[in-house]
Amino acid sequence: MANDLVTRRTTEITDPSTEASQQYVTVFIAKQMFGFPVLDVHDVLGPQRITRIPLAPPEVAGSLNLRGRIVTAVDMRRRLGLPQAEGGVGKGMSVVVECQGELYSLMVDQVGEVLNLTHELLERNPATLDPMWREISNGIYRLDKQLLVLIDVNRLLDFSRAQAA
Amino acid sequence: MDDLLSEFLTETAENLATLDLELVRLEQNPNDPSLLSNIFRLVHTIKGTCGFLGLPRLEAVAHASENVLGKFRDGELEVTPQAVTLILASLDRIKMIVHALEQTETEPEGEDGDLIAALDAMAAGETTITIETAAAGAQAAAAEEEMAAAEMAMDTADDVGNRPGEVSLDELEAAFLAAPGPEDMPAPPPAAPAPAAAPVAKATGSDVVAKNGGGVASAETADSAVANQTIRVSVDLLENLMTMVSELVLTRNQLLQIMRRYKDTEFTVPLQRLSQVTSELQDGVMKTRMQPIGNAWAKLPRIVRDLAHELGKKIDLKMIGAETELDRQVLELIKDPLTHMVRNSADHGIEGIADRLAVGKSETGTITLNAYHEGGHIIIEISDDGRGLNIDKIKQKVIQNGLASEAELDGMTLQQIQQFIFKAGFSTAAQVTSVSGRGVGMDVVRTNIEKIGGTIELNSREGRGSSFVIKIPLTLAIVSALVVACRGERFAIPQISVVELVRASNNSEHQIETLNAVPVLRLRDRLLPLVSLAKMLNLDDQPAETGSDSFIVVTQVGTYTFGIIVDRVFDTEEIVVKPVAPILRSISLFSGNTILGDGSVIMILDPNGIAAATGEIGVGQDEKHGDAVSTEVLASRARTSLLVFRAGDESPKAVPLALVARLEEIDCAKLEWSDGRPVVQYRGRLMPLVPILQGYEVKRTGTQPVLVFADQDRSMGLMVDEIIDIVEDRIEINLKTERPGLMGSAIIGGKATEVIDAGHYLQQAFADWFDAEAQQELAANQLGKRVLLVDDSPFFRNLLTPLLTVAGYEVTTADNATTALTYCEEGRDFDVIVSDIEMPGMNGFDFAQAVRGSRWQDVPMVALSSHTSPRDLDRGREVGFNDYVAKDDRDALLQTLSQTISVA
Repeated sequence: MANDLVTRRTTEITDPSTEASQQYVTVFIAKQMFGFPVLDVHDVLGPQRITRIPLAPPEVAGSLNLRGRIVTAVDMRRRLGLPQAEGGVGKGMSVVVECQGELYSLMVDQVGEVLNLTHELLERNPATLDPMWREISNGIYRLDKQLLVLIDVNRLLDFSRAQAA
Repeated sequence: MDDLLSEFLTETAENLATLDLELVRLEQNPNDPSLLSNIFRLVHTIKGTCGFLGLPRLEAVAHASENVLGKFRDGELEVTPQAVTLILASLDRIKMIVHALEQTETEPEGEDGDLIAALDAMAAGETTITIETAAAGAQAAAAEEEMAAAEMAMDTADDVGNRPGEVSLDELEAAFLAAPGPEDMPAPPPAAPAPAAAPVAKATGSDVVAKNGGGVASAETADSAVANQTIRVSVDLLENLMTMVSELVLTRNQLLQIMRRYKDTEFTVPLQRLSQVTSELQDGVMKTRMQPIGNAWAKLPRIVRDLAHELGKKIDLKMIGAETELDRQVLELIKDPLTHMVRNSADHGIEGIADRLAVGKSETGTITLNAYHEGGHIIIEISDDGRGLNIDKIKQKVIQNGLASEAELDGMTLQQIQQFIFKAGFSTAAQVTSVSGRGVGMDVVRTNIEKIGGTIELNSREGRGSSFVIKIPLTLAIVSALVVACRGERFAIPQISVVELVRASNNSEHQIETLNAVPVLRLRDRLLPLVSLAKMLNLDDQPAETGSDSFIVVTQVGTYTFGIIVDRVFDTEEIVVKPVAPILRSISLFSGNTILGDGSVIMILDPNGIAAATGEIGVGQDEKHGDAVSTEVLASRARTSLLVFRAGDESPKAVPLALVARLEEIDCAKLEWSDGRPVVQYRGRLMPLVPILQGYEVKRTGTQPVLVFADQDRSMGLMVDEIIDIVEDRIEINLKTERPGLMGSAIIGGKATEVIDAGHYLQQAFADWFDAEAQQELAANQLGKRVLLVDDSPFFRNLLTPLLTVAGYEVTTADNATTALTYCEEGRDFDVIVSDIEMPGMNGFDFAQAVRGSRWQDVPMVALSSHTSPRDLDRGREVGFNDYVAKDDRDALLQTLSQTISVA
């Protein structure tokens, strides 16, 4: 796994909700910026060899081996209802998050920098937002040049809801 | 040291350590009922175990302590420091005895009358002790009181059997100890209760020991040496360890795979060492999880006893191989199914005493449990000699439950019908008893066993008993799996389910055919249903990578056998099954996933899931494979595999498959003629080709199918037109014939078929086929010797009679053992008896026993059987057979006969 660009463990004991500002790992999917709370992110990976899983839900791209652990790869474009990238699945980078003891590798186009964002910039989801996005977004950060969609990892990986929606 | 004793010592040492602490805590909270009952329980356990192990001294002390504790618990006695001290003193005595036990394996000499008396006194409610000592300092008085109390107790006292003479001194001592001054026990500071109390206890202990210990130096070393040799580790810790080792094994495999690409590097040697150490570690950790299967059986004798009692039967439970070890996890999982099956055997299988006697069995039924290792599996057989499965009842029940129609049942084999007992809600017990027959049963057993990758087979003969054979993997942690590819994706199939691999292509003998677009394969004499993995996994949109070739993984789930079509087959690998992510759990085709040696993730296919997804599993399905197995086991006595072919005319002909060495297609261009007979060069020798009928038109072009009969270095080909099928059927010659080469006609596979006499053709090819040389040599001493041939099969009687006659014997035949025995009664004599083993009515073994008990006891006997397993051989020898010959081995038979006769 020479491709681990950032390795971060959720060992810092801070309660993010009480802080005025929070750190987010930014990623880009189809040119849209998204943010993950930095403490949710285990790893950032380069392109990986992914084993496809037949019969799996469409948003599951497959499984990969992350230092001996089997991680489920989630195709974020499919999850967000976006068209497939031209390069095909698996060429971009991934962000590894943990949800209920399981690791998931979220496949994105690109991983950006880590931003320190204050609460004043956070806005509720616009009512007109696509329901699929509204479901997984915790709000929108107004940045200078663009908007950042804050992703709720638990809801993102709650596939049963996605299927029901 | 005895296992039981060492276990007891370990456990007792632990209990005692706990007790020390608990008692001290009790002193702090005298009214804590849970604490009290815990202490009581611990002492009770010690007492109970001692009684069981026959340790009277220990038991007496524990018993007396228990009495006092019981009073505490019931609130009849107040918990006082003095009381606690007394109990602690008795604990120390227990420790001392345990310590001695550990060293000498016997209880030390000595008397505990003092202690017991003190304890009894306390139990008897001699509150005076408490009062006196509470009055402080009056040790002597206390001692006197104590003594008086003890004597009083003694008078009324029970079973302890102290000698009064000894009591006084010891008693004094005990009383002295039991009455500590107030400065010793002035309500110790709550912060550190243990140190305050424990030394006192220890001291008292040592003192008493010094007086009574009988040579044991000190109880201070009561920290048991045996206890120190074993430790208790939580199962979770072991599980974790196992997981880690599994990971290590995987990583090692990964490294080894990488190393294969580089030849000689400096890593080679250390890696080999690492590999070896890893294997040893794996073995070691596996061992910690291994437990003898006897642990799962421990409760069975009691269950069977109770059942026998309740049902008024006599049942003997035999347990063989209880020491066979298997993984703890697996053990836990099979415990209940095993118990259930033994209950079933006892309840349904074994008949009542009257019933057994009525059918001529001994009144005691036997249930046998047999466990042994075979390959990476453990085999557990549960068999009984009871009434077997009642087919009619099963049929009735099947129809009643609407599981199949009567017509369907008629088309089923015995084995298929028996399989119904594995269906949910199925019970043949006419009445629901408290024991079984509630309809929750064999289906659960089967499901549980299959869940852990095991299989269960059933054999039952009505009136003779049933036997279940369970085959389960030794461990679930690491399994061997076959890696296959389908449309570029790799999958693992657990090896235990894989029966064989078949390569299918358009130009090989195995070719995938379709029935209404459903693929099937002719595999030997069976039609094997196939499933396409690509189709099941929705990978069909991609082209197969290997053109027209594909591989078929013949898979067995329970008794259902089917083939999985895959594109490629790789290696087998040891894999650690990991559960799949929650989102994928709903896909029943996968049982887990794993990381292969090369680091890639692979999904593990679940054969059960695949079988279920094909729609059919279990009974309704054409269980060809299970069929074949059962036929072998159950009915080989009556059924023979027959090769059906056509030659000369239109009527089908048959020959026992066992006699045919090979089937060949010979290019007619290669046919040569020699001595007016067609021959062919075959494996470097000339093989004569024999026509089935005189005047048979030998083909000049194309290929000639030939049945090859071979014997040692000679072979002979029987020319046929077409090979039709292989069927398993009983040979019952309905129409005899005079035509040479034919034994007669029989109904085989529902058609009138001519059964050919292979011997006739063999002699046509080589007049001396049956080893004329050997015969001549032997003929002298066997001329006119009388042979009694007992065989139920007319085929073999017909085959062997001429053979033996030609060899110079005088042959008498009997078609069953009873007939043979009447010959004995009629006063006829024979020089040798040749008997089949599998016969209806009295079988060969019973027959041999009968012969040995008769006038013929000295007549040599040769057993004749179609299967000669070492077990059969042993059994044969046991019951009195002098030798054992395979049915189709004529030369061996002749030689054996001659030898047997000359020896006799």
